[in-house]
Amino acid sequence: MALRFLALLLICQLIGETLVLWIGLPVPGPVVGMLLLFIGLVLRGAVPEGLGTTTDTLLAHLSLLFVPAGVGVMLHLAMLGDHWLAIALALVLSTLLTLAITGWVMTALIRWQDRRHHPED
Amino acid sequence: MPADRSLDALWVYLATRPLLHLTLTLVVYLLADALFQRSGRRALLNPVLVSMLVLIGVLLITDTDYQTYFDGAQFIHFLLGPATVALAVPLYRQLDRIRRLWLPILIAMVIGALVSATSALVIAASLGATRETLMSLAPKSVTTPVAMGIAEQLGGLPSLTAALVVLTGVLGAVIGPALLTAVGVRDDRARGLALGVSAHGIGTARALQTSALAGAFAALAMGLMALISSVLLPAVVRWLFPV
Repeated sequence: MALRFLALLLICQLIGETLVLWIGLPVPGPVVGMLLLFIGLVLRGAVPEGLGTTTDTLLAHLSLLFVPAGVGVMLHLAMLGDHWLAIALALVLSTLLTLAITGWVMTALIRWQDRRHHPED
Repeated sequence: MPADRSLDALWVYLATRPLLHLTLTLVVYLLADALFQRSGRRALLNPVLVSMLVLIGVLLITDTDYQTYFDGAQFIHFLLGPATVALAVPLYRQLDRIRRLWLPILIAMVIGALVSATSALVIAASLGATRETLMSLAPKSVTTPVAMGIAEQLGGLPSLTAALVVLTGVLGAVIGPALLTAVGVRDDRARGLALGVSAHGIGTARALQTSALAGAFAALAMGLMALISSVLLPAVVRWLFPV
């Protein structure tokens, strides 16, 4: 992974964090950084080869990066307290519903748009 | 090195240095990932879930507090920022497919954001959760820093929200792919979007393992979810629970 592309990612994040603090945007700095890099790629019209390699390496292990925060759940297990059953059921059922309904709506809308653009099919 | 060369002194020395818990996190994750691959990618052996359980177990057994652990693990945690920025690349690679579907994406996102918050609030409220718990629960599908901000604004506990966000992400990554197949959602664009909406970054990590197309739609959904939820959740809460 090329050092200058790692620096590029950090610079985008830094500008993102700064903008969020200054303007008070309702999104995290790294997400703004993602948008900035995205705009840069659109303007440039291509992904520099070294950048692609760097981001692919980083994203191949994206799951790992959530582990330290995940272990932090141990701090809050007691806080679930008397309501643990309500919280557990709400988390499980709501996640199932959100997944299924978002998936269905998106599938239906993709079909609708395909039909609109190719009415002869 | 400590002067006292007993095993106990060595342990005390290592346990207070970042190296031990950084290495431990990496090794546990590699083993969990090997187990996941070896098992034919069984959903329940999700590497994030297994690593979390093993590491929490180790910390409890060795009587180590989370702060000591995080002093080492923070070097891994830190990479979440640049990795989030890096998601611009898969997003850009799928730009044509995303641009063609901007209206379906927007509609599905708003519906997904509303379903996520409303269903969690209604279910937990009907089971007797307190207002503070409900407000901590509402932004559970939003990426952590934004979710904590929303919870604070609504009158919830940001630190409880942080834990609920992680649990939701792991849950979505574990049951998401199988559930989407079971309910007939086969299109990678719809699967990725659903994973990003319901399970933020952890769902996005799972979607990236499936295909670049699903990963790009999940990354887009995670970013948009932060924006849409910041705007919509306060209104949803006022509508469901007028003070």
